[in-house]
Amino acid sequence: MQKNVTLNKESSPSVDLAQCRSILSNYSSVTHADLIPILQLIQDAYGYLPQDVLIEISAKTRIPLSKIYGVVTFYSQFYLEPRGKYTIKVCTGTACHIKGAPEIKKKISDVLQIQEGETTPDYKFTYTPVACLGTCFLAPVMMIDGRYYGKLTVEKTEAILKGY
Amino acid sequence: MKKLESPDELVKFRKSLESKYRSDKIRVLICTTGCRALGAEEVFKAFKAEIKKLSLEDKVEIVDTGCQGLCARAPVLTIEPMGIFYGRVTEADVTEIVSRTILKGEVIERLCYTDAGKRIPYVRDIPFYSKQEKIVLRNCGEIDPKNIHEYIVRDGYAALSKVLSDMTPDDVILEMKNSGLRGRGGAGFPTGNKWEFVKKAAGDIKYIICNGDEGDPGAFMDRAVLEGDPHTVIEGMLIGAYAIGARKGIIYVRAEYPIAVEHLKIAIEQAKTLGLLGENILGFQFSFDLEIKMGAGAFVCGEETALIASIEGKRGMPRPRPPFPATNGLWGKPTNINNVETFANVPVIILKGSEFYKAIGTETSKGTKIFALAGNVKNTGLVEVPMGTTLREIVFDIGGGIPGRKKFKAAQMGGPSGGCVPAQHLDLSIDYETVKEVGAIMGSGGLIVMDDSASMVEIARYFMEFCQDESCGKCVPCRIGTKRMLDILTRITKGEGKKEDIDLLRELAEVTKTASLCGLGQTAANPVLSTIRYYINEYEELINKKSFQTSPQQSSVQQP
Repeated sequence: MQKNVTLNKESSPSVDLAQCRSILSNYSSVTHADLIPILQLIQDAYGYLPQDVLIEISAKTRIPLSKIYGVVTFYSQFYLEPRGKYTIKVCTGTACHIKGAPEIKKKISDVLQIQEGETTPDYKFTYTPVACLGTCFLAPVMMIDGRYYGKLTVEKTEAILKGY
Repeated sequence: MKKLESPDELVKFRKSLESKYRSDKIRVLICTTGCRALGAEEVFKAFKAEIKKLSLEDKVEIVDTGCQGLCARAPVLTIEPMGIFYGRVTEADVTEIVSRTILKGEVIERLCYTDAGKRIPYVRDIPFYSKQEKIVLRNCGEIDPKNIHEYIVRDGYAALSKVLSDMTPDDVILEMKNSGLRGRGGAGFPTGNKWEFVKKAAGDIKYIICNGDEGDPGAFMDRAVLEGDPHTVIEGMLIGAYAIGARKGIIYVRAEYPIAVEHLKIAIEQAKTLGLLGENILGFQFSFDLEIKMGAGAFVCGEETALIASIEGKRGMPRPRPPFPATNGLWGKPTNINNVETFANVPVIILKGSEFYKAIGTETSKGTKIFALAGNVKNTGLVEVPMGTTLREIVFDIGGGIPGRKKFKAAQMGGPSGGCVPAQHLDLSIDYETVKEVGAIMGSGGLIVMDDSASMVEIARYFMEFCQDESCGKCVPCRIGTKRMLDILTRITKGEGKKEDIDLLRELAEVTKTASLCGLGQTAANPVLSTIRYYINEYEELINKKSFQTSPQQSSVQQP
């Protein structure tokens, strides 16, 4: 669950703050309870949570940046790094686990040459295992963006990935 | 649509809807929630197009419903009033279904459920359905969850109307106590008593929260209820709010459940339009507002104090209890938290009475329980049975047994907080107490069947990895206990176990269980203890032989 946080200006690409400002302008006054919904909206807009945006949120909401980072790094839904064009979510729920999810995960790593939680250098794929997709009848299953791929085998997984 | 200003207006409105819904129309019910993963939306669209093409709109209605239960046959559909059930339907089958089944009443054999080579066309004859008793899921898969009219015509909001017209808050609490309903989130605390604590707590502002943060791997019943029948949860919350004196409610849903969120939003909007949410509901003094909060991906937020912290915009970490949320909850105010399935029971208890409800189940556990049946079992899906049903009935009669000539080895109940129930307990009657006695817990109701190819040490390691990863790290016993147990289990599965490991695991398990701050740590050791209890020979074998090859790469579990 822990994420690495780098507060290095040079490594973070510069972002346009207009979208962030427009989202924040919908709130006349922001309470602490609005923080997570705001972060969710902003991540939807940017695809991740750029550092400059977090600084902007802190300035506008007067919630200390340290608190914001505390929340962002606690919840697995928030990302501090840009994501690939496609997100591959591999279900690691119990049913998938006993039906071969570990082999599927290894195959994805092999084909994409990245580890869990990483993004391919060409920003095509981001690969994350998830706790449960709630579709146990498809086990083992993965989801690429909105699309489910169920009853996977190692061969099928490779073919699906190469089709993207 | 105009607001309903009194119970009479609701009754009149229901009557006006009845003429529309109890017509001779054929209804094709298609699950477009869970079955979406296998193309149900395309099937739904194809049906709509075909019916339009043949100008059959007056005779045939195509309804997109929530989960119908038998997920193993997805995408599934039911044709009413005949009660024909088809599975693994594709777009290509649609023309034939319309021309043969709908227009001529013929059964298409290849789409029927099969049992031991025999084809069973009718829902009522399929053992998967005939052995269930649906209370919570009574509407799920039978109505369009996006249409409040379909809920109202099936006595929706009649329980709310009854409570507001004829019952005091104390009457409601007494009725809940009499019914014997216990919390379906897992711990099984009596719901009526919980409501009473909050009602009696001092303070003008009180909150009611629905916990829809279903994080257990292998559990999807809350998702199905929220997706398939959102109004029943809203009605349950309204009744709870009236009983405890809350004006505001929050439904906390996992962000991984977009369809549930979408259907809830629609339901809340429609209920507001009809005056069933908001100011002076049905013309009474009672007012209630409801909002949705999306979780952000943390298993520990299923724990009530962590969930409250998350709603308040903080890291979702639990805090010591007491004070309990009943006196000191959201924003420090008295707060009642119940799980989705618990709320969904409430309208039925009010409408049919506590005596009816009490008659179902066992001495200590009343009513029904939904299980998410998955793993090495033929009929995976969603199952609702009376408490006291045996594991054998669920796995073999309803679940259809183990595929591929393999043997039943264990049923893992209750997810990462639960345990494995071995074959010798197959005739165990499932209720809160007996399940606990054999080392598992009811939990939220995940039930994963494992055949004889499963390694139980690996299963224990798998759950420990989950718990260690999801531990919030606030308290030392959980943070370090789960880490140490995971290290040892990993070592054993790699064939590097030592003789003293089993005793060490037991000791660590006891300490973590006793000293942890919240339910996550207190139950994290259950999978370890239950596998040691029933499958100690597997541990010993691995330690002695040191030859077990685990899967090539150790899996790791993360939330999305």
